[in-house]
Amino acid sequence: MKTFTFVRGKAIPFLLDDIDTDQIAPANLVRTLTPDYKIAMFGHRRASAIAADKPLPFDMPQYAGAPILVTGKNFGCGSAREVAVWALAENGIRCIVAPSFSAVYRESCLKNGILPVVLDEPSHADFAAICVRDDGRGEFVADLASRTLHTPEGREFPFAFDAGEREALLHGLDDVASTLRYVGDIERWETRCEIETPWLRRVSIDTSR
Amino acid sequence: MPSPDAASRTLFDILWSRHVVREEANGKTLLYIDRTVIDDVRAPFVFANMKRRDLNIRHPELALLVQDHAVATFPNISNPRIEFAEATRNAAREFGLRLFDVGAPSQGISHVAAPESGFVIPGASYISVDSHAPTVGGIGALGFGCGSTEMEHVLATQCVWMQRPKQARLTLTGGLATGVTAKDIVLRALAVFGRETFAGMALEFAGAASLLSVEARMTLCNMAVEMGARTALVAPDDSVIDWIEARAGIHLASELRDAQAVSSLCSGASAVFDLDVTLECPDAPQITWGTSPAQVMAIDGVTPRGEDATTTRALAYMDLAPDTPLLGKKVDYVFIGSCTNARFDDLEAAANILRGRHVADGVRAVVVPGSRAVERQAAASGIKDIFIASGFVWGETGCSMCAGGGERIASGSRVVSTTNRNFENRQGPDVRTHLASPLTAAAAAIAGAICDPRSLMNGKSQ
Repeated sequence: MKTFTFVRGKAIPFLLDDIDTDQIAPANLVRTLTPDYKIAMFGHRRASAIAADKPLPFDMPQYAGAPILVTGKNFGCGSAREVAVWALAENGIRCIVAPSFSAVYRESCLKNGILPVVLDEPSHADFAAICVRDDGRGEFVADLASRTLHTPEGREFPFAFDAGEREALLHGLDDVASTLRYVGDIERWETRCEIETPWLRRVSIDTSR
Repeated sequence: MPSPDAASRTLFDILWSRHVVREEANGKTLLYIDRTVIDDVRAPFVFANMKRRDLNIRHPELALLVQDHAVATFPNISNPRIEFAEATRNAAREFGLRLFDVGAPSQGISHVAAPESGFVIPGASYISVDSHAPTVGGIGALGFGCGSTEMEHVLATQCVWMQRPKQARLTLTGGLATGVTAKDIVLRALAVFGRETFAGMALEFAGAASLLSVEARMTLCNMAVEMGARTALVAPDDSVIDWIEARAGIHLASELRDAQAVSSLCSGASAVFDLDVTLECPDAPQITWGTSPAQVMAIDGVTPRGEDATTTRALAYMDLAPDTPLLGKKVDYVFIGSCTNARFDDLEAAANILRGRHVADGVRAVVVPGSRAVERQAAASGIKDIFIASGFVWGETGCSMCAGGGERIASGSRVVSTTNRNFENRQGPDVRTHLASPLTAAAAAIAGAICDPRSLMNGKSQ
């Protein structure tokens, strides 16, 4: 697993709720084995915004290279496609700050060394306002070790984070190796299942039908 | 943990606790996964990484590869994503995995083919790289969607780490009015509860859900994903075993009957949920007016007034005026298909509208069965002929117009679709999608406009 300790840089505000993975990584732009994530990321929204001469923050020069994305609730809902995480990662995003995430999207962030920070709604509104005011001028810090976001003017926003997930991110622990420490438990479960519910252990598909 | 009194356990408690391998102090649970499905647009990434990481598959016999997302609906006119199909075949060969390949008798959309073929069974835990895995809750299996990297972990360990979700019960009251289907009920649930109420929760549909067909229960569970539910369930009963017998065969059905595999799979009388709510089944068909599955209205209602930015943006994208009816709005394209509504029940219901009628001029109407098995049943029962005689075009089984495997729809088109997502650009750039039931979709195809299916049903109950 990729590590995450801390990241320092600009923060992009994209303050919409319910951003689904179709918007982050539109199917027709990622349905190839080697997608161009520079074009694919928010591809349709960015293209129509540029056409209307109102580019999204992702295409504004002051946010170039920003590693922190500040967005609305239920981020990453919809399709489970992990390309919607890879698209942000390939464009340099290392941390996403939102009031809530879709469960699958959040898990995929963790697997890719992207820090999903959840702030309660008042703190999030506060943090987002600072980010909008800052407009790409200052440096924000997202620090997992101290579980704190720092704004350019020195305000601190603490956030909660599961201890096990924090360890895994800080040390880049291999998820499979970590789980296989419990292979004895897995084997015991399989043995018990063979006895109690053996039909769950066998797949019987009649392929002639 | 002391085992709680049986009467106070929920269906989810029963399925979850049976699959717990290990529990950490912070509540993280290592959960055993009985069945996994990997589809064609994720398989190439999953197995390339398995190779790179030198990971072995713990139980290859419990995994299944399915060709669905990248299947060309019309092999002659659409651009098949050959590289995905090929990479998926190669992965199946290399790792020795079962594959439902294009054209194979058991091929279909993951969550349609997996239960029909007998691969996923009641009481099993199931994980898939596709978000709509909870569809199998309709047969009493515990389904979860996951990302591709998580799937590598599942294949290597046959387990997933998960925080036990909170639990909700949605009790359906009333009955099915004429022209109202499971899709309408779940669209109504989205209208009432939105996308946050059940977010991250395990959701059980109760009450009138047990009166629905097995297929209809799967439609409910499928759309629970749009409500943000982590998983969804309907308590399985004997009708589930009968359904399995008709599809996967007598052998599996007998085994499940003899084992009384579903008899204990229900919530106890005193089961307590974190959230326990009811929903009156709607008395009219429902349809989405916007770009979120929760932006729903009754077919004979009016669009909202549009007083907030989200509504205004959605109405503008959909090219709709506020506070106006949808009935009569011209439609360019109709799609009946997807893991939401492409099972036999769905096609049969639509055929009852289509029989003896013809698709309106200027409308392209496409139907794509959810699996080869559905297609065979539709052909044998004459349903397929009714579709074709009415002017519908019959496509190759797969995700089709829900996931880009289908054809290009012209920009600006208005579509009535039985799928689950109406997000901006989901069915193509600037395509305007209205989600609805197969009945409402069929009615729109005939009328060439958004149409109340009840007006084509002669008062007959479906």
